[in-house]
Amino acid sequence: MSETPDHAAPDGPEAQVPDPLDASSVAAAVDAALAAIAAAEDLDELKAVRIAHTGEKSPLSLANRGIGALPKEQKSAAGKNIGPARGRINQALAARTAELEIERDARILVEEAVDVTAAPRRRRTGARHPLSTLQERVSDVFVGMGWEIAEGPELESEWFNFDALNFKPDHPAREMQDTFFAEPPEAHLVLRTHTSPVQVRSMLERDLPIYVLCPGKVFRTDELDATHTPVFHQFEGLAIDKGLTMADLVGTLEHFTQQLFGDDAKVRLRPNYFPFTEPSAELDIWHPGAKGGPRWIEWGGCGMVNPNVLRATGIDPEVYSGFAFGMGIERALMFRNEVSDMRDMIEGDVRFSEHFGMEI
Amino acid sequence: MRIPLSWLREYAAVPADATAEDVMAELVKVGLEEEDVHRPTDELTGPIVVGQVLSAVKEPQSNGKTINWCQVRVVPEGAEQTLAGDGIDPSGVQGIVCGAHNFVEGDKVVVTLPGAVLPGDFRISPRKTYGHVSAGMIASVRELGIGDDHDGILVLSTLGLDPEVGTDAMELLGLYDEAAEINVTPDRGYCFSLRGVAREYAHATGTPFTDPAAGVVVPPAVGTGYPVRLEDAAPIHGTPGCDRFVARTVRGVDPTRPTPPWMSARLRLAGIRSISLVVDISNYVMLDLGQPLHFYDLDKLSGDIVVRRAVEGETLRTLDDRERTLDAEDLLITDASGPIGIAGVMGGASTEVSDATSNVLIESAHFDDVSIGRSRRRHRLPSEASRRFERGVDWHIADVAAQRAVELLLELAGGTVDDAATDVGQAPAPRVIELAADFPARLIGRDFTDEQIRGTLTDLGATVEQTDGGYRVTAPSWRTDLETREDLTEEVIRLVGYDTIPSTLPVAPPGRGLTRVQQQRRRLLNALAAAGLTEVLSYPFVSERSNAVFGSPEAGAAVGSVKLANPLSAELGYLRRSILPGLVELAKRNHSRGFRDLALFESGAVFLPGASVGTESIPPLGIRPDDAVLDALYAGIPDQPLTIAALLTGHEVPPSAGGMPRSWDWADAVDLVRLMAQVTGVDVVVRQGSHQAFHPGRTAEFTLRSGEVLGYAGELHPKLLAAQDLPARTVALEIDADLLFDAAADVIVARPLSTYPPATQDVALVVDAGVVAGEVLETLREGAGELLEDVGLFDVYTGQGIGEGRKSLAFALRFRAPDRTLTADEASAARDAAVALAAERFGAVQR
Repeated sequence: MSETPDHAAPDGPEAQVPDPLDASSVAAAVDAALAAIAAAEDLDELKAVRIAHTGEKSPLSLANRGIGALPKEQKSAAGKNIGPARGRINQALAARTAELEIERDARILVEEAVDVTAAPRRRRTGARHPLSTLQERVSDVFVGMGWEIAEGPELESEWFNFDALNFKPDHPAREMQDTFFAEPPEAHLVLRTHTSPVQVRSMLERDLPIYVLCPGKVFRTDELDATHTPVFHQFEGLAIDKGLTMADLVGTLEHFTQQLFGDDAKVRLRPNYFPFTEPSAELDIWHPGAKGGPRWIEWGGCGMVNPNVLRATGIDPEVYSGFAFGMGIERALMFRNEVSDMRDMIEGDVRFSEHFGMEI
Repeated sequence: MRIPLSWLREYAAVPADATAEDVMAELVKVGLEEEDVHRPTDELTGPIVVGQVLSAVKEPQSNGKTINWCQVRVVPEGAEQTLAGDGIDPSGVQGIVCGAHNFVEGDKVVVTLPGAVLPGDFRISPRKTYGHVSAGMIASVRELGIGDDHDGILVLSTLGLDPEVGTDAMELLGLYDEAAEINVTPDRGYCFSLRGVAREYAHATGTPFTDPAAGVVVPPAVGTGYPVRLEDAAPIHGTPGCDRFVARTVRGVDPTRPTPPWMSARLRLAGIRSISLVVDISNYVMLDLGQPLHFYDLDKLSGDIVVRRAVEGETLRTLDDRERTLDAEDLLITDASGPIGIAGVMGGASTEVSDATSNVLIESAHFDDVSIGRSRRRHRLPSEASRRFERGVDWHIADVAAQRAVELLLELAGGTVDDAATDVGQAPAPRVIELAADFPARLIGRDFTDEQIRGTLTDLGATVEQTDGGYRVTAPSWRTDLETREDLTEEVIRLVGYDTIPSTLPVAPPGRGLTRVQQQRRRLLNALAAAGLTEVLSYPFVSERSNAVFGSPEAGAAVGSVKLANPLSAELGYLRRSILPGLVELAKRNHSRGFRDLALFESGAVFLPGASVGTESIPPLGIRPDDAVLDALYAGIPDQPLTIAALLTGHEVPPSAGGMPRSWDWADAVDLVRLMAQVTGVDVVVRQGSHQAFHPGRTAEFTLRSGEVLGYAGELHPKLLAAQDLPARTVALEIDADLLFDAAADVIVARPLSTYPPATQDVALVVDAGVVAGEVLETLREGAGELLEDVGLFDVYTGQGIGEGRKSLAFALRFRAPDRTLTADEASAARDAAVALAAERFGAVQR
């Protein structure tokens, strides 16, 4: 069996075993070890150096083992030569190991670098439809004001859609609505032309006072083009309370539009006609962020609830008054989010919804 | 309604430099919405002058045509040409090539000189043609944009004109005038007249108004005129169909005389084509005063005029030369020959005024709005007359309008008027409205002075009397819309200005926020979007076949569908019972636009009619129906549950560098329903299902614990996909979201968390291939008892060592006790109990 270690020490396999009593030969062994440690370029080389200079067969280990054979009175002096020498070597080894480990770790991190821009897509991105998101956002503004959200059926009795709202059976206003009728027409079922039937239901079913917002889908017999669609979305508000005035209507609309269009938004009413309100008004809003600069934009209709509507739902117009308003969500999306073609909203092209994600 | 500005200026103080836009800006303040501007000079610019043809030399051409080489004087003889420019001859005589032949030397014509621009961006410049330089054009009415006639050039003498040469022809033909077009709401019928709009302009601007009716003096009738009887035996809602009929007779008119340019120009700007002098006069008076008129050829009338309802089966050939079968509800004008007109809608052909007419009977009548509206709808005959009658015409204007027509006929068509006149009927009672002094303030939320209330209403034409604490207001006869104190209040604030309404914010009582269901719906839809699906909105209009296939799980089942009476397309004439047909269409559209990896979802109503649909009658307006009537209305409305559907096709994860592609498959559809159940905290059961729109072996049916069917998920039927040209393995799901929300617990009760260590056991069970894993899993859960915390299927194996027609299902069971560390024996005992039950139910053998 060979005396040499697996990896020869730098100073060669034939390194002299120092005399434990000879300080200078011990120092030479230490110097040889320290030189070898300093010269080790990586952890593998250092491992070989460790075995060569501190392993069982290393000169100092052998010298240390030789102490046992010395006369008793020489053992102490020999120990004082060998012990610290081995200590210095171990210290140098530890220091060099730490150094080389830091170098290795740094190198590995460099080697592990990736091209982060080439990360594959693993999670599919979904989206809400912006009409839904906007409708929810509008609802939240009113919920914040203490209002509640009321909903109702899309296929509705003609009475809720027209008569209860003071549309006389032969009045031209009834035709303005371009209504889809269900077969047979004598069954008096229509696709609601506005969400006002939900207001009627609210007045019939809820306790007074009433402050409700009625968002939803509505239907008119318009062919689809850039600015018309037979199916669209509205939100209508209704407040019935003692002593409500048209000034309250203005204040409510103003507060709401400022939440949606910023503090600089304003509202303007212009006289108009609806069977279900009197006085009635067209609603314009001042849109500070409009494309091409701030301007007035026509958005909907509003007014004070016609006493005939209150009577139709059993509310005494001598005691209660109320206001109502209605706006289009598609229209809002057009001027708020600069959608120029109505068809983009309803054709279901995934690019349209996905552009918005979960926001509006 | 289009308002020519020159006409408006006769009755209102419109500034001379005001444009149509300026006028609309004023009118919009009082509620007449701006629509459009009509301005001939936007398309037509001069120099366009009156010229006289000095000579016209006929020159035959090689192409067979003959042209006229004309010398046309365009400045008065002896005067200098003040215009200059390319093609303007300093001599004042232009050489012009003209292809028309309807003129002779000496005729006065309209010459468009070089530099002029005609409609269609037609620029006039000198050009070489037929061997001459033609420096201008002799214009036809069509080239000038003032008529359709293109048979020849406009010879001014045919219009009764003989202007001086060089006169500005645009001025002569009224082409510098312009019109403001406004939208008139259905309550404001009086604004379908210059009289009404001028009054509103005066209100808007605070300037004086000259009532055109006030300038017409109706002479007292001498004797009785043409006999007219009002015999309405079946008034609608108790209102007689005709409550006034004025008839005047003018004899010896010349209907072939030209309509003067000022009148045809105004009619044209107002949107009405010039037909003939007599017809033009009736239209002119209608536009002026708002009273529709009808002129009869007196010599074609026979016997008394009777206004009555039609007899079933009667017919009438109307002016548009169509034979119409009349309805018993139609109000007719008749004579001894039978019907001669549908009252207020359209006259009959047999008594029509023609070029041969000499004696004219003028009808100026007042008809019930409801009756006219019904006839107009029934016969699909919207006319200028019906439009006005339906919105209300001033009862008191009938004789004034007839007189105005008489005057214009005498002035423009000649003839003499009979002294005798007919005026039968009964004036309606004036509408008197009580208005409490404080009511406008209470409704609007601002104070009004007595002057603001009384003054405004008086300005409108109302009579206002002071009462104890308020006003007694008699509405003006032309304001048929004013009926209530609210109507009067609107008038007050309309004229005082909507912009003076203050802003106050009412405070609602404490609200309850979104309802539980509203919150659940949002969470559910957001969860689907977060799971990678894209929300879309499709129309609810589907074909009968789509409803038959998607609207019911069983093929051939009798399912009710709501059919539309007036669908936009006959094919898509039904309301959906399922959202999936809409998603299929949207998927195809996205495919056609190049998007093949799709995950679409939609939430919305489906329409599931029950036994009774609608109600036979509906209650009247203005009064609360009793509860039984309301209940019947509610009961007639079909169920419309909120439904959520999704369609997935192509890849969930598309191929990419360093990425593993994954296609959507049936399991995604199943898993998405499980996701929705988890989001709402509802326990749903999935089992092998069957639905005609889905693959028979790849359909999951979801039920609630109660057994109610929630919906289906899986692969769409391969045949259906092939027919729709959608990729194989396209998957879908559809559930009734209302059911899911109903099943959700009000309060979710927490489970205690045991912190003792779990004991896990795996078992592999060999069962027949037909046994479904879900049922085995449920059985293991049941058999394992309370110690079982969770069980999951982690492997399915078929093949060697299992046996033909058998499969091995491997389950991982996790046991845990709430109060102690389980021993291996306890866990094994529970596992064995589970396996035993599976063995009993399915013949499962542990491997």
